Amino acid sequence: MAASPLPVPARRRGRHFRGGSVLPGFGLSLGFTLLYLGLMIMIPLATVFLKTATLTWSSFWTTVTGPRALAAYRLSLGAAFAAASINLVFGVLVAWVLERYRFPGRRLVDALVDLPFALPTAVAGIALATLYAKNGWVGRWLDPLGIEVAYTRLGVVVALTFISLPFVVRTVQPVLGDLDPEVEEAAASLGASRLQTFRRVILPELVPAALTGFVLAFARAMGEYGSVIFIAGNMPMKSEITPLLIMIKLEQYDYAGATAIALVFLLFSFTLLLLINFLAWHRGRRLRTADGGE
Amino acid sequence: MAGGVAALGRQRSPGQHGVATALTEPRWVRGLLLGTALVFLGFFLFIPLALVFAKAFESGWQTYLAAIKEPVALDAVRLTLTAAAIAVPINLLFGLAAAWAITKFRFPGKNLLITMIDLPFSVSPVISGMMFVLLFGAHGFFGPYLQAHDIRIIFAVPGIVLATMFVTSPMVARELIPLMQSQGNDEEEAALTMGASGIQTFFRVSLPKIRWGLLYGVVLCNARAMGEFGAVSVVSGHVRGLTNTMPLHIEILYNEYQFSAAFAVASLLALLALATLAIKSVIEWRTGR
Repeated sequence: MAASPLPVPARRRGRHFRGGSVLPGFGLSLGFTLLYLGLMIMIPLATVFLKTATLTWSSFWTTVTGPRALAAYRLSLGAAFAAASINLVFGVLVAWVLERYRFPGRRLVDALVDLPFALPTAVAGIALATLYAKNGWVGRWLDPLGIEVAYTRLGVVVALTFISLPFVVRTVQPVLGDLDPEVEEAAASLGASRLQTFRRVILPELVPAALTGFVLAFARAMGEYGSVIFIAGNMPMKSEITPLLIMIKLEQYDYAGATAIALVFLLFSFTLLLLINFLAWHRGRRLRTADGGE
Repeated sequence: MAGGVAALGRQRSPGQHGVATALTEPRWVRGLLLGTALVFLGFFLFIPLALVFAKAFESGWQTYLAAIKEPVALDAVRLTLTAAAIAVPINLLFGLAAAWAITKFRFPGKNLLITMIDLPFSVSPVISGMMFVLLFGAHGFFGPYLQAHDIRIIFAVPGIVLATMFVTSPMVARELIPLMQSQGNDEEEAALTMGASGIQTFFRVSLPKIRWGLLYGVVLCNARAMGEFGAVSVVSGHVRGLTNTMPLHIEILYNEYQFSAAFAVASLLALLALATLAIKSVIEWRTGR
């Protein structure tokens, strides 16, 4: 790693090894990055695959397709999808209100949208469980209506909605801010009603960003553990999320079983990660085309 | 949220762009949208946040202070601070190195590298903790070696630090990469041309350029490190006074129906979250974002 601090002209020293830049520190920074990623991320991740490999195929298959595991995947994916959908609708609405309207306390509300990023999940969990319990501030009004939130699947959705709330807002907000008002003026001057302008001019611009936010929210909600276990009833087959099932298997020292389910769950997560990267790449390409190429 | 709607009536300009009414919604639509948004945020953000503080002080100041001054609670605070004090500086160095390599140079596989940096975000916290149990637990890959040398990682402090490091590793890099990408390298190249050394360029040109983004990355990384629950829960073993962090302590108190005490400790972490958001707002205001 000959990371010479001197400003030696890079080109003469072989641009491939200096990353095509005159700036120093290529070897040092990339070397440290790869070392850290290898030790902290790759080796731990590899253990999941190695541990699963100690299982026979049939015992792996029985574990990951057992009825309790299937119920847990269904709840994790279903509740995360529901929460991301709620946030898709309300996230666009909140982004719209924050970006377009002026009202007292707007800056405060804007800052608080990031609360789920900063608030520890255990704190969110006990707060939501207390709030939506039968005798809680909100739960006591829902109970006479026959709506039970805490200790049901609905509670899982509420917790996941909280923790994935900022994603759609934060992906849509900058796009709304960058929209050229002239386009809306043109639509209006051509006789479009405000609703038509929104549906046919503004909304198509927001869709890619909102979709990215949706998938980010979905991915975050799917793996969530801390906030959910307090508000979900944690009943096997009913309100038991997949991370909790993994946790229970670990506590019973069933490491092979826990790892097998974790592997399946990791594959779900990585599929979403691929989708996120594809959406980002697609949006990047759209933007570059819109700017007339780079 | 009647207050929000009523406040709208006092709004002077018809819209952000101040053009004709064709570019804004009718007043009742604006009121409806704003009201709906605030009610949604109320039920999912504001009321839960207010509840943390209300429940913390429900039984009075004395109970609050007693819950925080309890030796087990103080041990939890100490361990949480220790874990963050190790994890955050290391992830700061990692974030700086990763962002420097990615934004200042061209090399093949860069997108793959960015994906790998983001990977811990996609891994459920429980699985993150589990990986370290598989590595260092009694039945793990290094388990026999560690036992022979009497080194404890799982159900001990090192495991908590490792799990925290894993979960928070992308935080600083994620803040810095887009920032450094948008800033470009012109100033650095100018400094080098004028004879500054690489070290001088980094400390006197690059670092001041990214200081606000770096600060926010560190603050957010710290908030996540102190609040991490799932991963730490797997590796901790819940030994009171030894391997209990603040979030784990909250869980134990809550499960023992000591609600006031649980919310008292929770309110400290909620304050940390609010301080994090406040710092973010100040940074955005300073950088004029």
